[in-house]
Amino acid sequence: MNTSENPVLSVKNLTVRYGDGCSECSTSLEKNRCRKCGTVWASNDVSIDVYPGEVLGIVGESGSGKSTLMQSLYFDIEPTSGNAYLNGYKNGCESIWNASPAEKRDIKNKIMGMVYQNPVRGLRMDYSAASNIAEKIIATGSRNAGEMTSRAKELLEAVEILTSRMSEAPKNFSGGMQQRVQISKALANNPSILLLDEVTTGLDLSVQAKVLDLIRKIKTLYGISILLVSHDLAVIRMLADRTVVMLDGKIIESGLTDQILEDPQHEYTQQLVYSLL
Amino acid sequence: MKIKRNEEYNYGFLDEGSKKEIRRSTLKAVAIPGYQVPFGSRELPIGRGWGTGGIQLTLSLIGPSDVLKVIDQGSDESVNAVNIKKFVKLCTGIKTTTDTHKATIIQSRHRIPEIPLKNDQILVLQVPIPEPLRIVEPKEEVTKKMHAEKDYAPIWLQLYESIIKYGKVTISTEYPCTVEDRYIMNPSPIPKFDNPKLNMSECLYLFGAGREKKIYAIPPYTRVESLAFDDVPFEKENFKGKKCCLCGSCDTYLDEIFNSETGERYYQCSDTSYCREVRSR
Ligand SMILES: Nc1ncnc2c1ncn2[C@@H]1O[C@H](COP(=O)(O)OP(=O)(O)OP(=O)(O)O)[C@@H](O)[C@H]1O
Ligand SMILES: [Mg+2]
Ligand SMILES: [Zn+2]
Repeated sequence: MNTSENPVLSVKNLTVRYGDGCSECSTSLEKNRCRKCGTVWASNDVSIDVYPGEVLGIVGESGSGKSTLMQSLYFDIEPTSGNAYLNGYKNGCESIWNASPAEKRDIKNKIMGMVYQNPVRGLRMDYSAASNIAEKIIATGSRNAGEMTSRAKELLEAVEILTSRMSEAPKNFSGGMQQRVQISKALANNPSILLLDEVTTGLDLSVQAKVLDLIRKIKTLYGISILLVSHDLAVIRMLADRTVVMLDGKIIESGLTDQILEDPQHEYTQQLVYSLL
Repeated sequence: MKIKRNEEYNYGFLDEGSKKEIRRSTLKAVAIPGYQVPFGSRELPIGRGWGTGGIQLTLSLIGPSDVLKVIDQGSDESVNAVNIKKFVKLCTGIKTTTDTHKATIIQSRHRIPEIPLKNDQILVLQVPIPEPLRIVEPKEEVTKKMHAEKDYAPIWLQLYESIIKYGKVTISTEYPCTVEDRYIMNPSPIPKFDNPKLNMSECLYLFGAGREKKIYAIPPYTRVESLAFDDVPFEKENFKGKKCCLCGSCDTYLDEIFNSETGERYYQCSDTSYCREVRSR
């Protein structure tokens, strides 16, 4: 990781609000919800930077706004306000949230790779594993089926799925395999950043370990930047160079992962860290 | 057919306002090749799904000097084709023909005639499902956006999936094509054998979907390309080694006929008037 370089991704003041808000929102919040008007501040003025080659971990309890950040980045949620800059989009000069629909599709296909917590959201369960990868390649304008197939083989091998199963549909795969297909799909066009939302949640411990190993391998192999979301500090500890702690839609603490583990500042972070011991 | 025009019907059955609206939609369709133009599909004394889109196009275009040919899967004699012809004749009094050369308007279901059509001819095709993206996306609202944004990856993916599963593209009818590098279009349930006839053709092709209320068009000399990957070219049906048992043609679209008594399989031109023409030469 090199924080002296320009960030690959920079999120500035992301706010996602459900409800119209009121003049007393800022002083009347109970967790992320305004006691006066009922507005939910799912993401409340969140800013992060992700640097080339680093894994930035985001940890926080359920409802803290982790997926809201990820899904805003992948255009599944429309932010209320804020900007996000990607090195690969207009040299990081214009916010991706102002991009046209076609540009957004392009960003999703070429610059970012997304792995959803629920594979149903990230995969076409009825199409073959190969087609799931080809979908990304087709979206770049390629019309060479042979090239798509060899790329699919290469990526499936990288995530340790037998290429003999590439014409099978992911609905017949185990949960761990589905996550690995999602990861290979996300990597199809060599994106500059990978968004991983709770990739190991709900998997058996041994399967979890395999997926985590794979992510580490991908990091060293491709030197890709990764935004890794988890409510599990153990997962973050294994993979993240730097960590951001979220609570009730806000960032409460951030820094080098080791530093946060050794010397947590915020009371909530301290609780998290001690529960790990 | 000795049918006189029944004066109690409006000329062309539809009222003048309706015909005007259909003609306007048709003009728009011609102006934007391959784009599906919505129109207010009218009720006809024929059930929807029996060619009402095609008939409305024919009725709105036809004039006293026109000569109409109607075919159903290549045949002039099928019940549906004959009835449509009778109906149009009844409310217009125009001449009908089975001769492709003589027709000015040809209405067809599932086939394009073998004889290349000329600049002064119009082929009206009946369409059940106009939306080529329907197989990948059930919502009209979404397919409209996909067309607008030229977001055609899902249909290409459908082709790729077929290559992965079966080693080739298995679609045989309604094979999608790109019109002038812009819209992907459903050529109606013609066999893919007929797809190449849409490209740079001299005649005007009109497509009418009565139930789905859409009109679209391919004007003369429009580029129409069947979807294909660079390394898996488009291939039409192959009748190698087979020929029509009546006229001997081996370059036409052949129907397979199975004689259950003798167990024999033989082939016959699907375009019956073309077959007759070859035989009379
Ligand atoms: N459509 C919505 N309307 C109202 N509130 C919503 C809506 N969607 C999400 N929220 C709220 O936004 C907050 C943040 O949700 P988010 O999914 O980002 O949490 P998370 O950190 O990913 O949690 P988890 O660990 O459970 O996945 C939650 O309080 C949630 O209830
Ligand atoms: Mg979540
Ligand atoms: Zn409020």
